[in-house]
Amino acid sequence: MLDALSERLQGTFRRLGSRGRISEEDLDAALREVRVALLEADVNFKVVRDFIARVRERAVGTEVLKSITPAQQIVSIVNDELVEVLGKDSKPLEKAKSGITRILVCGIKGSGKTTLVGRLGMRLKREGMKPLLVATDFERVAATEQLQVLGRQIDVPVYFEEREAPAAEVAKRALREAERTGANAVIVDTRGAVALDDDLMDELAALADEVDPTEVLIVVDAMTGQEAVNIAREFDEAIEGTGIVVTKLDSDTRGGAVLSVREVTGLPVKFITTGERLEALEDFHPDRFAGRVLGMGDVVTLVERAREQMGEQQVEQVAQRMRSGQFDLEDFLTQLSQVKQMGNMAGMLDMIPGLSQLKDKAQIAAVNEAFLKQAEAIIQSMTLQERHNPDILNGSRRRRIALGSGTTAADVNRLLNQYREAKKLMQMMSGGGRGAGGLRRLLGF
Amino acid sequence: MRLFWRKSQPAEPEAVAPLEEGTVAVAIAEESTDEVEDARRTEAAIERTKRSWFGRLTSVFRGAQVDEALWEQLEEILIGADTGVQVTMSLLDRVRATKPRTAEEVRAALRDELVQLLERPAAVSRGRLWGNVEGDPPPAPALVLVVGVNGTGKTTAIGRLAYLYQQQGARVVCAAGDTFRAAAIEQLQAWGKRLGIDVIAHQQGGDAAAVAFDSIDAARARGADMIFVDTAGRLHNKQNLMDELAKVRRVIERGLGRSPDEVLLVLDATTGQNGMSQARAFTDSVEVTAVMLTKLDGTAKGGIVFAIAEELGLPVRFIGTGQEPGDIAPFEAASFVDALLAEPVTADA
Repeated sequence: MLDALSERLQGTFRRLGSRGRISEEDLDAALREVRVALLEADVNFKVVRDFIARVRERAVGTEVLKSITPAQQIVSIVNDELVEVLGKDSKPLEKAKSGITRILVCGIKGSGKTTLVGRLGMRLKREGMKPLLVATDFERVAATEQLQVLGRQIDVPVYFEEREAPAAEVAKRALREAERTGANAVIVDTRGAVALDDDLMDELAALADEVDPTEVLIVVDAMTGQEAVNIAREFDEAIEGTGIVVTKLDSDTRGGAVLSVREVTGLPVKFITTGERLEALEDFHPDRFAGRVLGMGDVVTLVERAREQMGEQQVEQVAQRMRSGQFDLEDFLTQLSQVKQMGNMAGMLDMIPGLSQLKDKAQIAAVNEAFLKQAEAIIQSMTLQERHNPDILNGSRRRRIALGSGTTAADVNRLLNQYREAKKLMQMMSGGGRGAGGLRRLLGF
Repeated sequence: MRLFWRKSQPAEPEAVAPLEEGTVAVAIAEESTDEVEDARRTEAAIERTKRSWFGRLTSVFRGAQVDEALWEQLEEILIGADTGVQVTMSLLDRVRATKPRTAEEVRAALRDELVQLLERPAAVSRGRLWGNVEGDPPPAPALVLVVGVNGTGKTTAIGRLAYLYQQQGARVVCAAGDTFRAAAIEQLQAWGKRLGIDVIAHQQGGDAAAVAFDSIDAARARGADMIFVDTAGRLHNKQNLMDELAKVRRVIERGLGRSPDEVLLVLDATTGQNGMSQARAFTDSVEVTAVMLTKLDGTAKGGIVFAIAEELGLPVRFIGTGQEPGDIAPFEAASFVDALLAEPVTADA
């Protein structure tokens, strides 16, 4: 994997010499880097072409060429343009003003339609609505059973029919069932396909006719490649989508497909899903996502999640230490336990600028419960002096700590190594020597 | 490629004979009209992919000129097929290095590069069933562990592999190791009922490793030849889930007395550059030996397999297309690439 875009751009400009100003040729060299970054993020190559043309236009029109920090300027323009394409603000789910809110969920096989139906059901139920889930996929083996299991998990009723029938007819009867039982939201799962063939197109069109949907959500797997544009366009044309839902964003994909899909359909991204648990349905924030596509991390979400978990004051403290690079074992301990509270470590590392490309991420992410427990024991077996100044930890002190914590000297050494790694990372992030600098300026901290 | 396994008990000789390359679809087609239909559909689907992808390539070669426009077009076509920037660039660099003078020479050189890229891993694969290993097939029951991220079609792939081997006279047992996703067990059981094969299952939420272990016992007790172990889809960047998968592998090793004979990574053809990351992570945790590319009946090209072949040396063994049991075919690098570069029927000779 390549480094974050801003680093690459700085590299390009360094190669071009340390002249303060750059020429149009230099700008094109820089834009080639942007192009590669976007292609590597799976943005469709046609979308990339148009995108680069727009960025170039803006760059030429502004002061980039005269700027003394052209790399930052270009990253900033790219970022703005990305946010623009991704949609300035996230749009909430539309609800029917009166009567039953009708949601159709469609997409290709394996994109996560059925699970999304469960997630939406859970969300609407939590918002105080009375949803009914509807199964219309008779093709995939056990699709109906899957929805029934989900319905049981979230305690929401599921309408299904044992005998195969056209989806539109099933939906019609499901709506009647909703009226009868007083449900005020109907969420219809649909059959998937690998490509949108005529059969499915007709089926979905008939379904939309019958249901008169409030929302037609097109589900897109975040790991989709160049094909995302065709998938989204075909579904949108066949059944007039009203929104996109991007699934599996808890993977390490850069998610360029989202950009492609936004560009060709113009539909708002209504939700993203970020985990296996049904609760993992989140709103979409274009500004944060732009950083991810460029491989620059998503600090805002990280801080937000931290804030939810730890409260304002503690976050400030951590942030301050991160920035100052002062970081002793006591801090390390605090941080490890905070990490434990915040959940998935790999996911968090992805959000930290400059770290998303880290090779040994998996290793760092292996900070699991057992390790945390052991680390806690080891650090707590140290004196305060040792915690603040780990350099004094000689062999005899380490032996004592190992005995005291019920571990071995090797465990103690490993922990100290991990601490040093973490400290190095903190310094890298705060020192500005790495790619985080440009992003920090962008985010204004 | 051969569908290689040793029968646990003597059976009619023609069923045991290992298949020659590319004969699987044909062998199935001879079985009954249903299977003829299956094979026909598979071929049609592959044809569709070939046309959309390779059709574009061929039209590029129609012009005789080797100029920047040609290289640019080739670059777009390869990148547009999810081949990835780096692989595309190095491929085209190697083609350029042969100093082709005509578009036809470009075509020939590109074909060679593409075929070599896919064939190299097939030649060194360590898989005992589909690999290029000398000597006897693994003792019965042979075991295939099937892994992949969510939604690539693992359970369906298992249904089809089971069908494929059953058609060849093998006695198959499947292990419902996806104990996480709602109704995944029911999905595999429905396949089992449809094909008339045994599916070993525990409760949802149970221990996948235990299911795999039990399936080995069950297969031995029933004199089965093949075991396919399903696993829950998991994102490859979730270390705890990958650790859990590594445990499934270890438990299989203990039960089987050797490592799984093949570890099959199921990859969705619509996947972009993340496919590389998936292949790398699954290889790290469970030593993948082969790849199956699914959902090839759409317009997706699955070009990421070139990168996976180059960087990880993993061979593609099967492709999956439609929704029927017979919609599976062995992957053939040469014919895949040939079709990729072949002149369309209507073109001049």
